[in-house]
Amino acid sequence: MSLKKYQDLALGGNIERGGTAVDFKTGDWRSLKPVYKPENCIHCLFCWAYCPDSAVHVADGKMAGFDLDHCKGCGICAHECPGKKGAKAIVMEPEVK
Amino acid sequence: MMAGITKIDLARTGNEAMAYAMKQVNPDVVAAYPITPATEIVQLFAQYVADGEVDTEYVPVESEHSAMSACIGSSAAGARTMTGTSSQGLALMYEMCYIAAGLRLPIVMADVNRALSAPINIHCDHSDTMGMRDAGWIHIFSENAQEAYDNMLQAVRIAEHESVRLPVLVTTDGFIISHGMERVATLPDDEVKKFIGPFKPGTMLLDVAKPITVGALNFTDFYFEHRRALVDAQAASVAVIKQVGREFGQKYGTAYDCIEPYQLADAEYAIVALGSTCGTAKVVIDQLRAGGVKAGMLKIRVFRPFPAAEIAAALAGKKSVAVLDRSDVLGGFGGPVFTEVRSALYQKPNAPLLADYIYGLGGREIDMEMIGSVFAQLQDGTAKPDSVQYLGVRD
Repeated sequence: MSLKKYQDLALGGNIERGGTAVDFKTGDWRSLKPVYKPENCIHCLFCWAYCPDSAVHVADGKMAGFDLDHCKGCGICAHECPGKKGAKAIVMEPEVK
Repeated sequence: MMAGITKIDLARTGNEAMAYAMKQVNPDVVAAYPITPATEIVQLFAQYVADGEVDTEYVPVESEHSAMSACIGSSAAGARTMTGTSSQGLALMYEMCYIAAGLRLPIVMADVNRALSAPINIHCDHSDTMGMRDAGWIHIFSENAQEAYDNMLQAVRIAEHESVRLPVLVTTDGFIISHGMERVATLPDDEVKKFIGPFKPGTMLLDVAKPITVGALNFTDFYFEHRRALVDAQAASVAVIKQVGREFGQKYGTAYDCIEPYQLADAEYAIVALGSTCGTAKVVIDQLRAGGVKAGMLKIRVFRPFPAAEIAAALAGKKSVAVLDRSDVLGGFGGPVFTEVRSALYQKPNAPLLADYIYGLGGREIDMEMIGSVFAQLQDGTAKPDSVQYLGVRD
């Protein structure tokens, strides 16, 4: 990819469109990854609401897995997950064992 | 006085003149924190706000760092933004001042030049603004309250010009100008409004139809390019400063430029100075001229962008020149004005002998005799090339 010359850049380094955070893959910072256990999921979507990186996929109003390109592995989703009968639907596992 | 425009003469201190200019500009936002000797600027402006004489949103913040931060947010939101400070207050802003320039936000700031601690001191020298000479701002020095008023109005035009879009600092000398009362010829409100025109922001965070990101992280792949663009913006501002200064002269009778030569064309001995000292020096030069000495002065009005080529051309062929620096570069080679003037003259044909005189730190008086003694040293050869002397210090 050839990068723009300084003369062609936007004023003050502004990024002149929205939603650009998705272009920056932050998932490679992760040391823990969330693992989804659908059998324990009640689809309360607490994980979706609490995720600071919008890294929880939702389809048809139901939890549909993780966006691991952007999930930083903070574990908030696993912490908030009420699970079913005491068993979490999200558990954090080390990336490297 | 130009046809159709009646100027109004008012008795104003430098601070009052700057606050009055701000009132007439009627900016969208002023965020400020008071500090001696600039307190009156924001205090008087706050009164204009309280009395409903301006439409400005006035943000009284808890520090100068917050003042500049609020100005950055406001300017990035798309609001015409101004502030004022001095000395330690400006030093507390330094971090944010670099950001204001890097983000290309056309904030206009009034600074009343005052020494930096320690020892603590409230009087004039130029150390405070020289501390941000590399921050990317345009720096305009004023010789008196009239220039302070005129410069504030022109600063708005310069900062907001589409080929510039840089913050502008307009300074006066603490107490000497800020608290000295003069006759200031002011423009009618509607004329100021016409002169500055409506604000057309280059960056507008609040335009929801065009979402943007301001202040994004730059790594090794883009930072250099964005800093390089700042260099061009500084360079482009020269033509705008000159054009706005010319237009001001055509409309209101007094033209402005980056430098102001005084009796310089045929001068053999000259001084280079900034700010209020230039007024005192003009009287000394008139007296020397009456006695047959070819004395002259180069006043630097615009310190950033530094008018190096113009200075070199104006000083070429002089026998000897003294730079009067009202601040020092501790551990450096002379004061900030000297080092840059010397750089401008290096490898130029007919460069004069150049000596540096650091004076007036912490408000130490500079009088006609002292300026006269500098001219005497230029004439009798005691001013040695590249010498750095301290004028008026007990030693």
